[in-house]
Amino acid sequence: MKGIFKKVSEIDFGLMSPDDIRKMSVTKIVTPDTYDEDGYPIEAGLMDPRLGVIDPGLKCRTCGSKGGECQGHFGHINFARPVIHVGFADTIHKILRSTCRSCGRVLLTETEKEEYKYRLTDKIEHGEDISKLLKQINLASKNDKCPYCEEEQIEIKIDKPISLVEGTYKLTASEVRERLENIPEEDYIYIGINPKVAKPEWMVLTVLPVPPVTVRPSITLETGERSEDDLTHKLVDILRINQRLKENMEAGAPQLIIEDLWELLQYHVTTYFDNESSGVPPARHRSGRPLKTLAQRLKGKEGRFRSNLAGKRVNFSARTVISPDPNLSINEVGVPEMIAKEVTVPINVTEWNMDKMKEYINNGPDVHPGANYIIRPDGRKIRVYDETKETIMENLEPGYTVERHIIDGDIVLFNRQPSLHRMSMMAHEVRVLPYKTFRLNLCVCPPYNADFDGDEMNMHVFQTPEARAEANEIMKVQEHILSPRYGGPIIGAIHDHISGAYLLTHKDTVYPEDKAFQIIKRSKMELPEAKGRDWTGKEIFSLLLPDKLNLVYKAEICKNCEECKYQDCEYDAYVVISNGQLLQGVVDDKGYGSGSGKILDAIVKQFGPSEARHFLDHSTKFAIFGGVMQRGFTTGTADEEIPKEAEDRIDELLEKSDSKVEQLIQAYENNELEALPGRSLRETLEMKIMQVLGEARDNTGVIAERYFEDSNSAVIMAQTGARGSMLNLTQIATCVGQQAVRGGRINRGYKDRTLPHFHKGDVGAKASGFVNSSYKKGLDPLEFFFHAMGGREGLVDTAIRTAQSGYMQRRLVNALHDLSVHEDGTVRDNKGTVIQFKYGEDGINPAKSDYGHVANLDKLIEEMRLDDTHGESE
Amino acid sequence: MNVDQVQEVVNREGADFFPIKLVEEIAQASERNNLTDEELNKLVITVKNMYEREEVEPGESVGTIAAQSVGEPGTQMTMRTFHYAGVVELNVTLGLPRLIEVVDARKKISTPTMDIYFDEEYRNDEEFIRKMGNKIGKITLNDVIKNFNVNYIDNVITAELDMDIINERRLDIDEIIELIQKTFKQVTINNNLLSFETTLSNDEEKVQQSIRELRFLADKIRDLQISGVKGIGKVVIRHEHGEWVIHTEGSNLGMVLKLEGIDIVRTTTNDIFEIEKVLGIEAARNAIIHELYTTMEEQGLSVDIRHIMLVADTMTSDGVVKSIGRHGISGEKSSVLARAAFEETGKHLLNASIRGESDKLTGIIENVIVGQPIPHGTGSVGVVMNNKK
Repeated sequence: MKGIFKKVSEIDFGLMSPDDIRKMSVTKIVTPDTYDEDGYPIEAGLMDPRLGVIDPGLKCRTCGSKGGECQGHFGHINFARPVIHVGFADTIHKILRSTCRSCGRVLLTETEKEEYKYRLTDKIEHGEDISKLLKQINLASKNDKCPYCEEEQIEIKIDKPISLVEGTYKLTASEVRERLENIPEEDYIYIGINPKVAKPEWMVLTVLPVPPVTVRPSITLETGERSEDDLTHKLVDILRINQRLKENMEAGAPQLIIEDLWELLQYHVTTYFDNESSGVPPARHRSGRPLKTLAQRLKGKEGRFRSNLAGKRVNFSARTVISPDPNLSINEVGVPEMIAKEVTVPINVTEWNMDKMKEYINNGPDVHPGANYIIRPDGRKIRVYDETKETIMENLEPGYTVERHIIDGDIVLFNRQPSLHRMSMMAHEVRVLPYKTFRLNLCVCPPYNADFDGDEMNMHVFQTPEARAEANEIMKVQEHILSPRYGGPIIGAIHDHISGAYLLTHKDTVYPEDKAFQIIKRSKMELPEAKGRDWTGKEIFSLLLPDKLNLVYKAEICKNCEECKYQDCEYDAYVVISNGQLLQGVVDDKGYGSGSGKILDAIVKQFGPSEARHFLDHSTKFAIFGGVMQRGFTTGTADEEIPKEAEDRIDELLEKSDSKVEQLIQAYENNELEALPGRSLRETLEMKIMQVLGEARDNTGVIAERYFEDSNSAVIMAQTGARGSMLNLTQIATCVGQQAVRGGRINRGYKDRTLPHFHKGDVGAKASGFVNSSYKKGLDPLEFFFHAMGGREGLVDTAIRTAQSGYMQRRLVNALHDLSVHEDGTVRDNKGTVIQFKYGEDGINPAKSDYGHVANLDKLIEEMRLDDTHGESE
Repeated sequence: MNVDQVQEVVNREGADFFPIKLVEEIAQASERNNLTDEELNKLVITVKNMYEREEVEPGESVGTIAAQSVGEPGTQMTMRTFHYAGVVELNVTLGLPRLIEVVDARKKISTPTMDIYFDEEYRNDEEFIRKMGNKIGKITLNDVIKNFNVNYIDNVITAELDMDIINERRLDIDEIIELIQKTFKQVTINNNLLSFETTLSNDEEKVQQSIRELRFLADKIRDLQISGVKGIGKVVIRHEHGEWVIHTEGSNLGMVLKLEGIDIVRTTTNDIFEIEKVLGIEAARNAIIHELYTTMEEQGLSVDIRHIMLVADTMTSDGVVKSIGRHGISGEKSSVLARAAFEETGKHLLNASIRGESDKLTGIIENVIVGQPIPHGTGSVGVVMNNKK
């Protein structure tokens, strides 16, 4: 078994000295050419074979290993003249400013030095950030006169990005290097350099490491043309100029020419390191695209760090469209056979599973429960083919590993992006199914935030038993029914499950026994004992409730009457569950919906996740087969039909509110309107109009509601919390209402009016975007236009919001991810700093808590008393 | 049943680790339900069992969970910057922008506002509160004058102090006059009539200039602040829950707390930096918790208080309020790789190299980068096996 044999315990950072660079180099690079006419790499060129190989067939000239195994070797370029490293330009400037131009010592007095030294070593010992202190020292050491040699200092300015100007004289890189060399080692600490790993003069390069070809592979196009990597291009430039500079120097060319070449070399080296540094025109490819050089490779979202190190591409994963399947358990995921045959699980061959493994190999890679590869004990991986499987089977013995297809019951990781919380990645059990989509139970849509309008999801197959064990124990869907965000269920029934359960548990729902049994059987439940009489829907639903469950709550359909009638609720909204029997009330969103299900919540917390899974799996089926499918459930515009009489009343109401608005405007114009405290008259008018129009829309809703029947599907959905709201129905049936842009009525467009259809200065209801029509009746062109304005704002809003909240989340996660609870109950970061002495002040895990509390004490007492009375009566 | 009695029972049952708040809750619940001693005993035992079951396990990645729990609802928040929170007259930033503002630890927040409460003796004294409101809120000369007239011919500005308003606002006329005299040298005050002159002489050639001067003076006169605390603009005085409260636009906690009759315990501001400055870091921590919690709550999103506490504690654990992001927490991480992977990759790597920093790989990202198990959860424990010979 593979395990972790070696552990990286520390990574040290440091600067490379010219000697280090030469020592590590396998060859000096001099020629700017890469290949000769025959297509062979030139010795001492940028593609020198000693730098490593990429072609799998060749052997490396340096280490002898084959292509793919050889990680490459560095070469080096000796500069004709030193060059400043861009990344350190700022640091060099600061160092030069705080050191003496003649003796090189830091411009601090002995006493200052002592104090700073103490403070610095103290901070370094405690692993604290020294950036701020260094800045302070840098400021303190800006002396006009050297305290040691009394040399007058001349101010050095930095001309971005890399020229350092002393007074009016521009320092050359050689001069800069000389000065840096001059700084005594004991002063390094004050300029933020660790003498153990770096010397300031190393920040001015005299020799440049040339990365191996593996870092900058060339691509051969279909036409046979070679296309070199951006880095190679840049290195060619550097070599070419370096060579010219050298020749000119040797030939004794005039100083001016040498300086020009030197500057050019500096430019190429600068852009080689960072092609986006300010003040330098970026080096471009022939096509005009800026080159991607070293800094660009590391930086940003697509850079090495974020896209290759913090996140990695993986094997054994699959992605496809998702679709619903109510017959699956919430713990399961339907995997298309095509995928099941591609992704595999490694199984160690033992005496006991030998036959089974041979069967898989015999099936081969194309028949479903088959195998794709076997791995011999020596690590060789062999693909299973129809021709080879016989011999493989013969040779199979304990110690081999078989990579078999995933089969029913395997555990896999399932994910939907954006992965905003831990419920976005949960472990599911595999069910291999026909067709080409992933299938999932509808109850897991809320945590993934998935729907089926073309969403795709990813699946990952675990490759080690440890991973499988962890997934099984802590990542399974059933372990995540409760959200750690608020300690309530996030997985639960949605849409038709809820209207279905409402219909099933409705007080009028009674089924003859045979029908009831049919429903129970279709829901894959064990048949109960026959009662010999009709079954109520509540009795059917009760079959799923654990025997010891006691619960009292108000359902979603509760009308919030002024005085609650409790048990005698006329709407059946008062739910009573006693000893696992649903005695009263209907089950709706508050009962077992995702996000608020009380029954579900009670079951998880009292009886555990397995019981909750069982409840969810079957209760949703009850709702479908016993509720929705028995009655038939549909909705359409017919559900929002209201009689003529109601329409007249609504028109009347809207007219009345319109005239009220007119009155307000009149009052405003006559200066009779009283301003609200702290508001201008205009603002007061707007607020009053908004209020009047808002009320008008709500009132039309109230009127319409009176004409909706109780059996109206749309109303059932809205009231039980299955989907939609009464407001939606109002908008369809009676009046869409005010359209808002930037939180107020619409007031932009033309001068003093919204559209040329109105008079200037018209601020009436219609002119500011009040939509009188209903969606059903249809909007007139002006209304439609205003509606589109409001709609567009909404779209823009969501687009901006997702970007903003995404960045906030990234920052939050980045700031907090190192915190964990330690054995002593404290919360600490990775330095060991205590953030909290007790997590959340009480050490309670919100995911296990009762909506953030240890317990709902009143409920607990009630249940306790109920238990006692039962105990006595028995 | 009082808290001490409950505490006694709690101690007897070996549940002395209960936080005081829980003990208080039990006491209240037993009061409500008239619990007998026996029942109380039983309740405490049940709660103790539940408590032990619900405790966090060592190794739990509470930081990530908190960050996700605060961040995920962000996607569901409305973008509407302004909303009328309780007080119709004042605009307050809410929703996602407010959340970002708090987490960023901005020095200048977009809508600072204060809720000023008063001591018991003044709480219902409307007269006093109105007077305080005028003292706190910004009043300019423009608010108390009428018949403002700029005379371009004679180069004078005349105005009349409106005694009705001055009396209604309970301002001191003498103080106002004194202030006017102090600010404007060339002013004549005749009863309530004010007339101002420009410093320029009536020189014909300077007509152009004098008009500009006059307009400038007119603005200056109108903008003269005759009352108010620095930094505070409008005030709204309201009767809430049986007492008078002042809400303000703008905030200056330090100055307001010094005023007479203020309930210094309940008076607060939404400016976290000001709270830190005036009341200290612990108060700032509580302010962050309160701001985050109410912002979430107002949007109808429930987030457990523990997550918010952890965010606030992380932001304040160093004794100063630090922001979440590269200028705060993330920029001061001990690991080079963690900093480089977040933002400003090049800067961190280059600095690390000359300082000779070493990354001990104790955090999450570092271990992900090198491909090792992370030191949280199941990765935080190891098994030591006895080497059998």
